Parts: sequence; C-alpha cells; structure tokens
Amino acid sequence: MNEIKNVRHSRIKERLAFYLLWVFSILTIIVLALIVSDILVKGLPHISFSFLLEEPRKMGKAGGIFSVIVSTFYIVVLSVVFAAPIGIAASVYLTEYAKEGPVLRIIRYGTEALAGVPSIIYGLFGYSFFVVFLGLKYSILSGALTLTLMILPTIVRTSEEAIKAVPSSYREGSLALGATKLQTIIKIVIPTAMPGILTGLILGIGRVVGESAAVIYTAGSSLGVPDSILRPGRTLSVHLFTLASEGLSAENTYATAVVLITLVLIINFIANTLINKIFIARRR
Amino acid sequence: MENVRIKVRDANLYYGDHHALKNISIDIYDKSVTALIGPSGCGKSTFLRCLNRMNDLIPNVKINGEIQVAGNDVNRYDVILLRKKVGMVFQKPNPFPMSIYENIAYGPRIHGIKSKTTLDDIVEKSLREAALWEEVKDRLKSDAIGLSGGQQQRLCIARTIAVEPEVLLMDEPTSALDPASTMKIEDLMENLKKQYTVIIVTHNMQQAGRISDYTAFFLNGEIIEYDKTEKIFYKPRDKRTEDYITGRFG
Amino acid sequence: MIFREKIVEKILLFCAGIAVLGVAIIGIFIFREGWPVISNTGIIGFVLGKDWAPTQGIYGIFPMILGSMYVTLGALMIGVPIGIGCAVYLAEIASQRLSTIIKPGIELLAGIPSVIYGLYGMTVIVPIIRDLFNNQGFSVLAGSIVLGIMILPTIINISKDSIEAVPKEYKEGSLALGSSHWQAIIKVVLPAARSGIISSIILGMGRAIGETMAVIMITGNSTLIPESILSPVRTLTGNIGIEMGYASGEHQKALFATGIVLFVFIMVLNLLAKLIPNKVGE
Repeated sequence: MNEIKNVRHSRIKERLAFYLLWVFSILTIIVLALIVSDILVKGLPHISFSFLLEEPRKMGKAGGIFSVIVSTFYIVVLSVVFAAPIGIAASVYLTEYAKEGPVLRIIRYGTEALAGVPSIIYGLFGYSFFVVFLGLKYSILSGALTLTLMILPTIVRTSEEAIKAVPSSYREGSLALGATKLQTIIKIVIPTAMPGILTGLILGIGRVVGESAAVIYTAGSSLGVPDSILRPGRTLSVHLFTLASEGLSAENTYATAVVLITLVLIINFIANTLINKIFIARRR
Repeated sequence: MENVRIKVRDANLYYGDHHALKNISIDIYDKSVTALIGPSGCGKSTFLRCLNRMNDLIPNVKINGEIQVAGNDVNRYDVILLRKKVGMVFQKPNPFPMSIYENIAYGPRIHGIKSKTTLDDIVEKSLREAALWEEVKDRLKSDAIGLSGGQQQRLCIARTIAVEPEVLLMDEPTSALDPASTMKIEDLMENLKKQYTVIIVTHNMQQAGRISDYTAFFLNGEIIEYDKTEKIFYKPRDKRTEDYITGRFG
Repeated sequence: MIFREKIVEKILLFCAGIAVLGVAIIGIFIFREGWPVISNTGIIGFVLGKDWAPTQGIYGIFPMILGSMYVTLGALMIGVPIGIGCAVYLAEIASQRLSTIIKPGIELLAGIPSVIYGLYGMTVIVPIIRDLFNNQGFSVLAGSIVLGIMILPTIINISKDSIEAVPKEYKEGSLALGSSHWQAIIKVVLPAARSGIISSIILGMGRAIGETMAVIMITGNSTLIPESILSPVRTLTGNIGIEMGYASGEHQKALFATGIVLFVFIMVLNLLAKLIPNKVGE
C-alpha cells in the first residue's frame, strides 16, 4: 500500500514539475512575441519608402534614415572585409596546423577572452586606440576596426567547427594525389566548409548591426552620409538609441526599430536556414 | 511442476514497420535461471526489455499480446511499480557517478525509504548478496566509477537487488567483462536464483549451458525451442536449434 | 615549395594570434588611460568611495558596483530558474514539434540588439512598474527583468548542451530501478550536468554585467547607493556609457578607470567559469 502511495506522489510531483517547465519554455516564446509585436505594431504604420530614402532632418526628429542605413552598410561591409580573412585564417591555423601545447592554449584563451569583453569596453578601447592613438578620429574605419575584433571570436568559432566537420577522407584523398597541405586546404577543405563559414560571417554581421556601445565612441554619431571611411557616421542601432533616449519622435523611433529588427530577423533567418539546408544536407 | 512467474502469449513487437518479435509465447518459471540464446539481432534483448517496459523509451514501438508478470499484465500495471518488481542489469555496467553507497541507496530512496539505519542495512545486504561486500566495505563512500568492470557490474546487480525485485533481467551481463569477473558473476547466479527469477540473455552458449535451468532459442524474432537446458543442449528437437548449438551459424 | 608553406603557416599563426594581441592591447590601453585616476584616488578610495562627483574631482564608484551587482543578481534570479527549466524541458521532455518552435525562438531572442531590449524596457516595463509601485519606474527591478530576459539564451543553450551530453545509460539505469522520469532527471541527470550548468550561469552573469545600452535606458542612472529594488541605479557600464559622451580630461580617465574595474570583474568571472566547473564536476 505504501508502495502505491509513493508512486502516486512521484507521479503527481512529476506532472506538476513538467507543467511548470512547460510554462517556462512557453514563456520564452511569449516574451519574444511580446517584444517583436510591440515594435512592429507601433512602428510599421510609420514605415514608408520615403522614410527609408530620405535624409534625417532636425537631428532625426523628422525625415528619414537614409544616411543611417548607408553608414550601417559601410560599417558592416568593412568589418566583414577585415574580420573574414583574419578569422578564417585563424581557424585554419587552429584546426590544420596547431599542435597541443602552450601556444595553442594561449591562443584559445585569447579568443575566449576577446569574446567575453563587454561592448562598452570595446568602445573605450576603440576610442583610445583607433580614434585617438592612431589618429583615425571618429570614423567608419575606427568603428569597423573595433567591430572586427569584436566579431573575430564568433567567426573563428564557427569556421573552426565547419572545418573540423570536413571528413578527413577528403584531405587524405587530396594529399594522396600529391597536393600540398596548403593546396588541400584552399581547394578542398575551405570550399567544403564554406556553408558553415558563411553562417559564421552572417552571424557576425548580425552582431555588427545590433551593436551600439562600441560604435558610438568610435564611428561617432554624426548624421549625414559619410563621403569616405575616414568620416564619421551614425549606424542604425546608434540612431535608435539616440532617438529613444532623447525622445525626439516616437514615430521615427519605432520606425527605426522596425527597420533594425527586420534586418536582424532576416539575418538570423538566413544564418539558421543556411545551417539547416545547405550544411546539414551536405553532411549527408 | 514449478510456479510460472512470467506468462507470455502471442506477443508481437514492431519497430515501425519492422516485425521484430513474432507471436512469442513462453512460461518462465519461478526461482530458476532461464537463458535466452540465439544469434545477434534475433530479438532476445528486445523481448527482455518488454518484461520491464524499457521498450517504452523507444519511439515508434508497437507491442501487442499478453505479457503477465506475477499475475499482472505489464501494460495495465503501473510502470514504476513494474520496474521495481522486475529489475534489469545492462550489458555495459552503468553505475551512477556517485559513491558506492549512494548507488545502492538510490533505488530504496526513490521508493520512499529514508531512515539511515535501514539504508545502511540494505546496502550491506545487497552488497553481500552480490558478492561484493568484502571488496568494498571499507570504501563505501568512494566513487563507483573507480571500481573495475567486474566490480561495477556486481555493483549494478547489488543496486538492482536493493529494491527487492522478484525478477532479475540480465542483458548479456558478462559480455563486456574479463573471464575472471565473468566467473564470479556466474557463481553468483546459483545464489541469486534461490531468491529471484533470473532471465539472462547471452550469446555465450557455454555460459548458458553452465548456469541456466531452462533455455529458449530465439531466431528471427521467434522462439524456435524452449525447454530444460539439458534437453536443448543434448537433445534439441528442432534442426535449427541443433545447428546453432553446434556452431554451424550464429 | 616547403618554404612557401612555412611562410603561410606563419601568417596563419599571426592571424590566430591577433586575438591574443587584441586582448593584450585592449587591456593595455584601458589601463593606460584609467590607472592615473585610480592611483590618485587610491584603489580603496575609488572602489569603495560612495561619491561620484566628477566636477569636483571626486571619483568613487561604490554605488555603481552595487548597482551592477544588484541588477545582475536580479537578472540571475529571473534568468536562471527559467533558463535551466527551459533547458531541461527542451533536452528531456519536449516533443519534436514543440522543440522546432522553441529553439528558433531562443536563437531570435539571442539576436535581438540591446537597444531594442532597452526600448521595450523603457516604453513597456518601466511604465508598468511606475503604475504598480507609484514611483519613477526606472529601477533595479526594471533592469533585472530586461537583463534576465537577455541572458536566457546563454543559460538555456549551454545548460541544454550539458544535459544532452550526460550519457543516457545513467537515465536508463535510474528508470530500470523504478524511478519516474522526473526523479531520473533531478537525481541523476542534472547532478551529472552540474558543471556545465554552473558554467552557463557564470557566463550569463558575465553577459549581464557587461550590458550597457539596455541598462542605461531603464535603470534611471542615479549615482546614489540603491536602497531597494525599486530605486533607480547606475551600473558600471552605465557610468561609462552615459558620461563618455561629454567627459574630458581627468573625468574621462575616471571613466576608463571604471572600465578597468569592469574589465577585471569580467576577466575574473571568465577564469571562474573555467576553473569552478572542473572542480565541481569531480
């Protein structure tokens, strides 16, 4: 009898526990839906082509966000142009050349440490090093260089995984035909790992687009389309922050937020479907 | 005639479309060792796992037919109580990452026993029954993972005994062990069968011949022959049984 | 040929080393700028000083340290139970269908920029708190709620991975002894995943401490020591973020000094994240 009572207790506890955990899990989706819908509901009505193509006027209180979009585009492209080769090269080294030992451990520790640095510290660093010390002043270039360091760990991590996933039989086949290690890497390994590498790059782009603390103090917050990468520029996230904190225009704030979140959703979607469709399908 | 502890009639099991167990009918006798032999993949382990409903863990499994343990239909009986009555020892020893004591006390605790003295007694009794007490009595608090393979398996046997089952299912319990540990565990069986109904899956025929009272020969999901062990090994009725026993395939 | 390969290898090594170089340079420059203020005010005076008055040359960041700690603690109290609970559910209980809805949701949550969280916090959470408690609304509570949401993906993903890495033989062994699924999870699987779960919590903590923009937008940024969770508060990151825009000279260096303290905090946390799990896991 005791036995049956015990079992009944366990079962009740189990049902309660599973229900609570279900609630927690659904909560995450609910929160996501709340946030996204709030932004969309308040911002979509104010989106229009003119908003996207007009220049901001009165410090963003009126007009559109064209120059902001352009600045964001410049900084994203530049960051990826810098970070991709370095990141891919680093991941190649870590997977294909490095041997166990202190050097490897230091590099790994450095990459992890870099990943843990808060964005505001990147901002301080970017300001004191690129803007002041190297004399690049507030500029797209300063911002891009800072962001390069910031997204490097992400790119290295995903590229490493992608390269490790390339079957060693491919490498052996290539070497057996007389190719050098370098040729094997360039012609076989990297192309095979490309979907994973691309995913990492896209995730990096996502981070760049969403970043604000590191960008404000390096690329500045001047409105106006930058004529060159040595000119300052205001990115989407920075613009949103400025509009929101200064309360200049609720409509434009939410409209900007809609653009930002749509961009992020698209980037996220591409990165995740790329993983699912091409990468895993290839592995089969 | 001895008591029938487990009664199976026309049991069928499907993994998706694959018909893995075909019309299994068998009576397993109380306080004896019954060996299930047969080539790999013929359903012995699958059948074993029906008896404590471990097949529930696998998705897409369909079972029909009558499976009764100690008079209770396994599908209508609470699965938790069923598993307490029908214990299982796995092929690869799987002690929990805890101390030896905690491993054994785990089962009784789950089923409501809290008193430390009771637990201490149960731990000692189980370890003695599993012929492990002398070897570990001074280090009950040390990690179970530190034991040798053979000791770990005896620990798993002790752990299973600690919840006072009626039936012991053993799925190739010595196939991962060295000969010396295997012998120790085979010696154990003589004692275990005095208290429990033991069903052991083994692909080692010599082992089946040594330790079991009854033997069932499985082939392609069916029981070809089931009888007292001496009969199966010296005077099998079915040619397929004879071929398997004499090593012509398998 | 071999020579060329050697050169390429060196170049690749250099690229891999840029990360290390980067961390080093970041550390050097932050310290370079900030150290003078710390040495002037003295470490104790800086870290424990209760008054932050840059116009008078007084730099004490204790209120900000408390602010960061309170907000982070609050975020953990919200994020850890929900995060670990969700991780357990996804790893052990959820059906395929539910998983395919929740997993992308978590990825999205992770990708939302902090300014969006800040905007939401500012326009939805803060007013709710304002109405409920009859105060400003900008508070530790607001910060904890939003940060708690922000650290969920970190905790969920890492905890989930640790739980899934537990050998399923443990769970099978528990079930075979007659335990319920829940008992198997609580008594065997979770303890075995302990070190990974702790890692996730520490990393979540690091994320919360390092967050700037969202926090600035919702915590009120008062430089006084917070008295309750309803008090407005300024975090270390907020301190830097708000005043960097107009600080100069020694004031600016004081912000770098705040950065030093933040940097040290984070580096210590990262070290803990590596050391503690290994010890606990034994």
